[in-house]
Amino acid sequence: MTTPAIGDALGPRGRRRVAVASAVAVAVLAVALVAAVNRLHTKGQLDGDLWEPFRHWGVWRFLLFTGLRNTLRAAGVAMVLALVLGVVLALGRLSKRRPVRWLAGAYIEFFRSMPLLLLILFSFLALPKYGVDLSIYGYLVLALVVYNAAVLGEIFRAGILSLDPGQTEAANAIGLSYAQTMALVVLPQAFRRMIPAIVSQLVTLLKDTSLGFVIGYEELLRTANSTGAYYHDILQSLVVVAGVYIAVNLSLSRVAHRLEVRQRRRFGAGAMAVSGVEDLALVDAAGRADR
Amino acid sequence: MGVVTDHLGLFAEGARTTAVLTALSFALALVLGTVLASCRVSPVPPLRAAATAYVEVVRNTPLTVLFVLFFFGFPKLGIQYPRFASAVIVLSAYTGAFVGEVLRSGINAVAAGQAEAARALGLTFGQNLRLVVLPQAYRTVVAPLGGLLVALIKNSSIALVISVAELTFIADQVNRDTARPIPVFVGAAIGYLAMAIPTGLAVGALERRVAIRR
Amino acid sequence: MTSRRWMVAALVALSLLAAGCGKDSSKKKGASSTATTVATFPPGTTLDTIQKRGKLIVGTKFDQPLFGVKNPTTGDIEGFDAEIARLMAKAIFGDPAKIEFIEAVSKNREPFLQEGKVDIVVATYTINDKRKQVVDFAGPYYVARQDILVKKDDNTIKAVQDLNGKKVCTVQGSTSLTNLQAQAPQADVSTLFDKYGLCVEALNDGRVQAVTTDNAILAGFVEQSPDKYKLVGAPFSNEPYGIGLKKGDNTLQAFLNTQLETFFGDGQWKKAYDKTLGKVIPGGTPPAIVRY
Repeated sequence: MTTPAIGDALGPRGRRRVAVASAVAVAVLAVALVAAVNRLHTKGQLDGDLWEPFRHWGVWRFLLFTGLRNTLRAAGVAMVLALVLGVVLALGRLSKRRPVRWLAGAYIEFFRSMPLLLLILFSFLALPKYGVDLSIYGYLVLALVVYNAAVLGEIFRAGILSLDPGQTEAANAIGLSYAQTMALVVLPQAFRRMIPAIVSQLVTLLKDTSLGFVIGYEELLRTANSTGAYYHDILQSLVVVAGVYIAVNLSLSRVAHRLEVRQRRRFGAGAMAVSGVEDLALVDAAGRADR
Repeated sequence: MGVVTDHLGLFAEGARTTAVLTALSFALALVLGTVLASCRVSPVPPLRAAATAYVEVVRNTPLTVLFVLFFFGFPKLGIQYPRFASAVIVLSAYTGAFVGEVLRSGINAVAAGQAEAARALGLTFGQNLRLVVLPQAYRTVVAPLGGLLVALIKNSSIALVISVAELTFIADQVNRDTARPIPVFVGAAIGYLAMAIPTGLAVGALERRVAIRR
Repeated sequence: MTSRRWMVAALVALSLLAAGCGKDSSKKKGASSTATTVATFPPGTTLDTIQKRGKLIVGTKFDQPLFGVKNPTTGDIEGFDAEIARLMAKAIFGDPAKIEFIEAVSKNREPFLQEGKVDIVVATYTINDKRKQVVDFAGPYYVARQDILVKKDDNTIKAVQDLNGKKVCTVQGSTSLTNLQAQAPQADVSTLFDKYGLCVEALNDGRVQAVTTDNAILAGFVEQSPDKYKLVGAPFSNEPYGIGLKKGDNTLQAFLNTQLETFFGDGQWKKAYDKTLGKVIPGGTPPAIVRY
């Protein structure tokens, strides 16, 4: 995180002002913190018996080995399948044949504009009426794949386009066909460049699995709900589970960031600045900056 | 598609709720995002730390969890608001964190020479930010902000979990009553397309108009 | 070094796929009891299918206190609804443990019955005409009555008429609200929420003076904080809870109704009741089956 040179290099008066501002900020934050803790206390939310269940391994085992495990399972499988479909879509969008380009483009533009929750409900409520018989897990993963393939398709396309055209030219020069060029030269390199973006999208995907809550998939949020109902400590359960999400996602983001930094060192301006995106908002900006 | 026309009033209500929810939340998110970005680039360390903590916590928690926590958990602390207001609060708190990050990258992208020139003119940190850097930063990040707005249109559907009668909620209800999921959900999809695509186009036009030309 | 990384990535992807394709472990627990006389069913009927499958699949709530809550440590579902479901499993298999519970949320209740993903739904499922268009019901197995929740030390409210002029909370659009307005039209119902828990918080804060809905739901809150709230004990209007089943399955419906009547008579219903709901609302009696 670079701090821009907005203020002057601070002289003694500037340093004093910052010190005063810091002290005031700390005081205000401390007051806010004390007020929050006090409110928790007066409402009895700091009572031992509300937090007591979390001293039992059985409860954690339920949250982590049922809830978190199901969350990771849905996200992992959806990610792998969406990657495959995403490659297909990206290649489709870059195809020389207009109808293929149009079809892939329409798919991507349509599904990127859809709320994921709507897709999940459609998958769960409409598909069974047409003979598609899956488990709750199946319907959820199907919706996640259909949506994320569109998002990943765009990431792949940007990755492929970010390659030096010299690569394809060289491949053509030595006589490789389109398919061979793609499979042996372009896709491996593009894929490598997009690993930080893919890991970032995995974070978003992990958060999106919590939408399975609505159709009764027993992921992390659902297990928090059951635990909260059983021990009458819904607030505590939700806070604990939020903590688990934050821990998992922070670590993944950190991995993505480190991968991105390593890429920048290797590829220079060709790398894609994508860690921490909310559905490609920053990828679009980065793509523009590269032009 | 007769089902949709039969319930057109309901669908229109749902679309209107989605639109109002999105607009209000985005407006608040812009304010919050500006505050957060300013804190993160300020020379005052506690402000930087607090803003960073907020952004990291909110960004890494699913929106669904935030909704459930605020609407079903916070009442235990006496913090209880009606459904629509709760949805606005949660959506702006969430989106504001992302707006802050986008804005921060915009601030960093503003040419260093601008800030230096402001310094040379004797502007303070606050004046510099307000009069020189932020205006240019906003113009640089119109596209990503537009992306966040479209994301917000989609995220508003999550207000369903606290029973806000937005478009997806309405579609679910109508399906429950009529058992015709395909026309109902396709109708809702068209509703979202009708909101997302014009927004994207408008943002593109706005971006071209305010782009900083050198 | 790069080829090694590809291998690692491929291995990770494969293991993710493998884990994902692995089957869900079914939530069966409990020791198998000695089998009593097991009923036999004509082939081709739902009951025969269930028996051949080896377990009864039941949709129930995992977050409704006293009726269906999931014990995080054991994974068991506890509550009155779960007990009724277990009695049914015992009737079919002679063993109450041959059962699998699936969480019935409002979105999957009817779809799962229609698609045959669950055999029955026992989840504080109120019988009403609108639902009868989509699913069938057996029972009722319990008739919840609408009652009033007040603060423990409040003695001003003794009957529903006392709610006139007082601030009362309930859930928006519920039958509880309609019944309340019918019986106490001057009650102040400006404070309405989505979930009863929120009403109870308002009661706790003093923003309302009473909460009204099914005594079964209110009982859950009394169980949670017996020193804070109490049930007024002057019930009005009825909410029959029934066993949901696939529409048109008359044989299954007849079987369930007959079984329920057996349980009502031989004390098993009372045992299930005293074990769960009876702890907060003692002295319950079985209702009368309504066949249709």
